[in-house]
Amino acid sequence: MTTLRSPTPPGAPKRLRPGKGPKLARLGKSAVFVACLLPLANLGLDALHSKLTANPIAEVMNRLGFWTLSFLVLTLAATPLKALFGWTFQMRVRRMVGLFAFFYAALHFTTYLALDQAFDLSDIGADIVKRKFITVGFAAFVLLIPLAVTSTDGAVKRLGFRRWKRIHRLVYVAAVLGVIHFVWRVKADLLQPALFGAALVFLFAVRLATSLKKRAAAVKSSSLTGEGAPPPGGGIPA
Amino acid sequence: MSRRSWKIPDSEVTPEAVYVRRREFLSLGAAGALGMAGAALAFSCKASAKDNAGSGLPIAKRGAFATEEKQTPLDDVTTYNNYYEFGTGKSDPSANAGAFRTRPWTLAIEGEVKKPQVIDIDELIKAFPLEERIYRMRCVEAWSMVIPWVGLPLADLVKRCEPTSNAKYVAFTSKVDPTQMPGQRRAVLDWPYVEGLRIDEATHPLAILAVGLYGRALPNQNGAPLRLVVPWKYGFKGIKAIVKMTLVDRQPPTTWNKMAPDEYGFYANVNPEVDHPRWSQAKERRIGEFAKRKTLLFNGYADQVASLYAGMDLRKSF
Repeated sequence: MTTLRSPTPPGAPKRLRPGKGPKLARLGKSAVFVACLLPLANLGLDALHSKLTANPIAEVMNRLGFWTLSFLVLTLAATPLKALFGWTFQMRVRRMVGLFAFFYAALHFTTYLALDQAFDLSDIGADIVKRKFITVGFAAFVLLIPLAVTSTDGAVKRLGFRRWKRIHRLVYVAAVLGVIHFVWRVKADLLQPALFGAALVFLFAVRLATSLKKRAAAVKSSSLTGEGAPPPGGGIPA
Repeated sequence: MSRRSWKIPDSEVTPEAVYVRRREFLSLGAAGALGMAGAALAFSCKASAKDNAGSGLPIAKRGAFATEEKQTPLDDVTTYNNYYEFGTGKSDPSANAGAFRTRPWTLAIEGEVKKPQVIDIDELIKAFPLEERIYRMRCVEAWSMVIPWVGLPLADLVKRCEPTSNAKYVAFTSKVDPTQMPGQRRAVLDWPYVEGLRIDEATHPLAILAVGLYGRALPNQNGAPLRLVVPWKYGFKGIKAIVKMTLVDRQPPTTWNKMAPDEYGFYANVNPEVDHPRWSQAKERRIGEFAKRKTLLFNGYADQVASLYAGMDLRKSF
């Protein structure tokens, strides 16, 4: 992808040797897949050994919520990592990590629905309407659903890349709502939610900086060539 | 003591081998304690009374206000704690309070009393006949336990100090020692933890100062050596590691109320009708149970305490 814009200078080593590269990438992808399942495996093991505290339902919800936010932050870190360090591997696993964020969010929500509330729909409805931390948490989960549904290659084709991309910007909103959900839930110790918040702010700052830089570069090049062409990407920050 | 407190005779120095393996010793000790507690539970009340007589806390009286409900296992009572002085996680207190020194320990009683005093904890335990009180404990976070406390009626201690007619409230202060209480190194709450009761609440027969649970000395993570237990109020009223009681003429500040006045009131009476602004208080999960149960007004002690609040708007004075 990057090679299109900046062709490899002659003599520079090729990043991936043909034949070996795809295999390595596939191996890396599998490793990430397994890694993403580790929090769940750990939860299962702790459940088997009764290590989920005296209040296992609350513990399971807390842990699943923690991992949902963690995977959301990791997903949102893919592009900034490329901008900062030129890394590209994470772009190949971004979709998978994003789907894991949804997976953990779904487990978190199901635990609330089934174990914590025992499907008491009137209580759940009252919670969603009356308890603002549940309102925003629920909203964040709902926002993730269309993203998960349209995560296939086919969906990108059907929607067209531009539209697909615009829809998937909802992930920013979901992540911010997720952090607010956490902030509003804790009683006094804001350390963990603040760290998630700081991570999001940092990642947004990197995105903003890179898009401003790109725009400045585009303006410069257009003024040099004397053309008033809009910056690439129609001014939408990457 | 004539010797300087920091001078330790060689005989008291922990051998290096023991020091290095201290965690194993601790866990062995914990396992032993749990095993014994399990054994004690297996016996009938009478048999365990005998056990307890040999294990430290002499219990003079049992059964007052006791609930018949299933008691929460000792393991759960001692590993699932809100005690922010030792960390904000539920298992932080059991992990971090092991080395907390509860001796020597004194309780100062001052303010509007004719007999201000400083009482050594062991003197205090000897001075009053200890009672077992099996109480429900309802946390403000909507979970609950049933705990067999051992303690003394707070009223007895208050009376001994002869409150003046100006004594309208009792203010409690907890220990501050960031070297021993790692949670105090961060200003999560405004240290020291302080709590308070109206004088009629403090002298109500249900209110006790606990020095033990399950027949044994209070574990550090449960507030050793001395904590307040007021079973009709949310758990955070039960201030732990108390060093001072001050009788005062006006309502004293309380820690969680200072932290979030709209969420935690001075009274903090358990009330299913008055929700916490962020969550419902109508139900609770009893530790060890799956389905939630309905929360009872005054945590089921309405017959005993409702008269204390006659004519008060419990929504306003929450």
